Amino acid sequence: MIRSQLKTAILIFIVFTIITGLIYPLFITGISQILFSKKADGSLIYKNGKCIGSKLIGQKFTNPKYFWGRPSATVSFPYNASASGGSNLGPLNPKLISEVKKRINQIRKADPSNKNSIPVDLVTSSASGLDPDISIAAAYYQIPRVAQARGLPTKTVKSIVKKYTTRPLFGIIGYPVVNILEVNLALNKIRTKK
Amino acid sequence: MNTDFLQAGIFIFVLLLLVKPFGTYIAKIFEGKPAGVNGILLRFERMIYSFCGIKYQEGMTWKTYAISVIIFNIIGLVFLYILQRVQSVLFLNPMGMASVPPDLSFNTAVSFVTNTNWQSYSGETTMGYLTQIFGLTVQNFLSAATGMAVLLAVIRGFINRQKETIGNFWVDITRTILYILLPLSICLSLVLVSQGVVQTFKPYAKAHVIQPITIHHKVIKTQIIARGPVASQTAIAQLGTNGGGFFNANASHPFANPNALSNFLEMLAILLIPASLCYTFGYMVKDKRQGWALLAAMFIIFIPSLWAVMHFEQIGNPLLNHLNVNQKMSSLQSGGNMEGKEARFGIADSAIWTVSTTAASNGSVNSMLDSYMPISGMVPMWLMQLGEVIFGGVGSGLYGMLAFVIVAVFMAGLMIGRTPEYLGKKIESYEIKMAALILLIPHLCVLIPTAIAVVLPSARQAILNPGPHGFSEILYAFTSAGNNNGSAFAGLSTNTFFYNVTLGLSMFFSRFLTIIAALAIAGSLSKKKIIPTSPGTLVTYQPVFIIFLVMIILIVGALTFFPALALGPIAEHFLIAKP
Repeated sequence: MIRSQLKTAILIFIVFTIITGLIYPLFITGISQILFSKKADGSLIYKNGKCIGSKLIGQKFTNPKYFWGRPSATVSFPYNASASGGSNLGPLNPKLISEVKKRINQIRKADPSNKNSIPVDLVTSSASGLDPDISIAAAYYQIPRVAQARGLPTKTVKSIVKKYTTRPLFGIIGYPVVNILEVNLALNKIRTKK
Repeated sequence: MNTDFLQAGIFIFVLLLLVKPFGTYIAKIFEGKPAGVNGILLRFERMIYSFCGIKYQEGMTWKTYAISVIIFNIIGLVFLYILQRVQSVLFLNPMGMASVPPDLSFNTAVSFVTNTNWQSYSGETTMGYLTQIFGLTVQNFLSAATGMAVLLAVIRGFINRQKETIGNFWVDITRTILYILLPLSICLSLVLVSQGVVQTFKPYAKAHVIQPITIHHKVIKTQIIARGPVASQTAIAQLGTNGGGFFNANASHPFANPNALSNFLEMLAILLIPASLCYTFGYMVKDKRQGWALLAAMFIIFIPSLWAVMHFEQIGNPLLNHLNVNQKMSSLQSGGNMEGKEARFGIADSAIWTVSTTAASNGSVNSMLDSYMPISGMVPMWLMQLGEVIFGGVGSGLYGMLAFVIVAVFMAGLMIGRTPEYLGKKIESYEIKMAALILLIPHLCVLIPTAIAVVLPSARQAILNPGPHGFSEILYAFTSAGNNNGSAFAGLSTNTFFYNVTLGLSMFFSRFLTIIAALAIAGSLSKKKIIPTSPGTLVTYQPVFIIFLVMIILIVGALTFFPALALGPIAEHFLIAKP
């Protein structure tokens, strides 16, 4: 009984390995590359023919003239897009608290005049370490600093933030977020116009 | 908080809307009736049978069925092991991934074959594209199909009248893959790509970052962006309650789950089949109330769990309040405990995901569970410890639940002094023994290795977080492996020989011993005649029985694991409450 089942098992394993492991993924890749080629390749952003990032993958910003994203706990350096991951620090871990304190100091140092309490997503690391978004609160918190560093009216900066805000689906599903890559690129464009 | 609950409500509502149509469709496929897709593919199905030498009209005894399951899965295990070991010399590996070490290959092979998808490795730095599609994606299908086939055999046990056979395993997996898993995966993966999930065989992209940064006196100007055939794998990983991620960050990675819509659809995909199978069960035993009763029991545990996680995560981390950090929810931010969470998912979408994936045995995460508050981290652990029967894995969740039903019917029978029976089948000592095995094997696969790990100094070195949380990390790991879930408190560094082997064995024995016990029940029930209902028959679809069933599940789960949970998350909760 075992021998006859073994032969069938091997044959059917081969059949389904080919169907689900080759035909299926290749079929999906083919259709995706035809219908949504840009997205299927990673929503990459190009400037003068050079790839400068992906719309969906955050980058580290430390200059006051840019909006800063979520802290990133990826291996080797922040926003390491070939080694995604979170900090995995537990809520009581003293290391978490000291990391948060360090981030708070950096944010305060970049804009000592801002006395508002800091939105939590700006001082806690994201799950993927590649989060391209921040909350609207985190964006609003940074508007005065960015506007001052760039010599732009806060109104202009705010309108750009609004432009790159994603609203929840049907107003309910998900949270409103601001894509920092798009906002920062839009801000850079204003500068070159001047 | 109101919009959070509204999101959860909409999710549950949409899920419930889908249960009946999908449950009916699956039942028709299971029964071999025409249901659309199978009409078109029927010739193809027959071709597979003739190629593989399958006599599709011939049933199997439960022993033959069990042997087929085991042989088929061991072939998959060996193949996946070898594929990882030699991936460096094969093709479709543009990033030149090295071959995977033996212990990690073993762990990963067992993990994907058992529908666990525990990942001791980081996807984008370990697995080449060929391994991802030709090994891991394949097992996502096959392990899901195995679970559903075993469930189908168990259902036949209840329907059959004095019959020796419980169906043909080869036919059951073929039909499940061709008509259920494959069409759903094709639809879902294409929708996911339209939202930004990547699907490509090109090598990782190199980007010149907008602002170069200096880290440890080194200027970093570029970002290497990992990508690959992600959508095709993510779709079946969610639909088949597998949960293995293409990337280390799993479904929190923006390339695997880019926005609110992709997240909502993936969450639906996670519970769609396990929830619909309840309806399928009712449909096939010709008493739909029985199916709804099981679904109701699941929701009775699911909803308070969801509330608890949302509540404790939304409160946030009290230790951050002293630092003038704003954790309050408003129209401008989700607030709450955002460590290890993505801004676009906030608290609600992270919590719904976490509770859905751990209620079902889907090991994916869209937020890092290790960073959850103590109680909200305990809930997912506890949901697994209940035996993965609140939805549970595709197929495996429901046959696990039916084992609880058998125990509940037996207990109720003792109380009212009648011979226990369920759906007209007499429940006797053989069924009770097998059902008890199904309940107890996962417990043993969790507690014994946990105990070994905490006394071994080398195993304790893997811990990341100090205090009770460190114990929680180990308990979570074996809870996840021993119940074939796959999610993790990922701070624990488990890519060591000890963890790879022990977690691997835990997954293997939990999965296949329970499958054998479930098939034994199917075989035994199938041989029995169906007793017509009488006024004295225990009614198993009314609220009284549903509550009774829920209590049995809670008592078994709570009594076994309360001491362990008290040492981990509960102790940690009281530490946090006392600053």
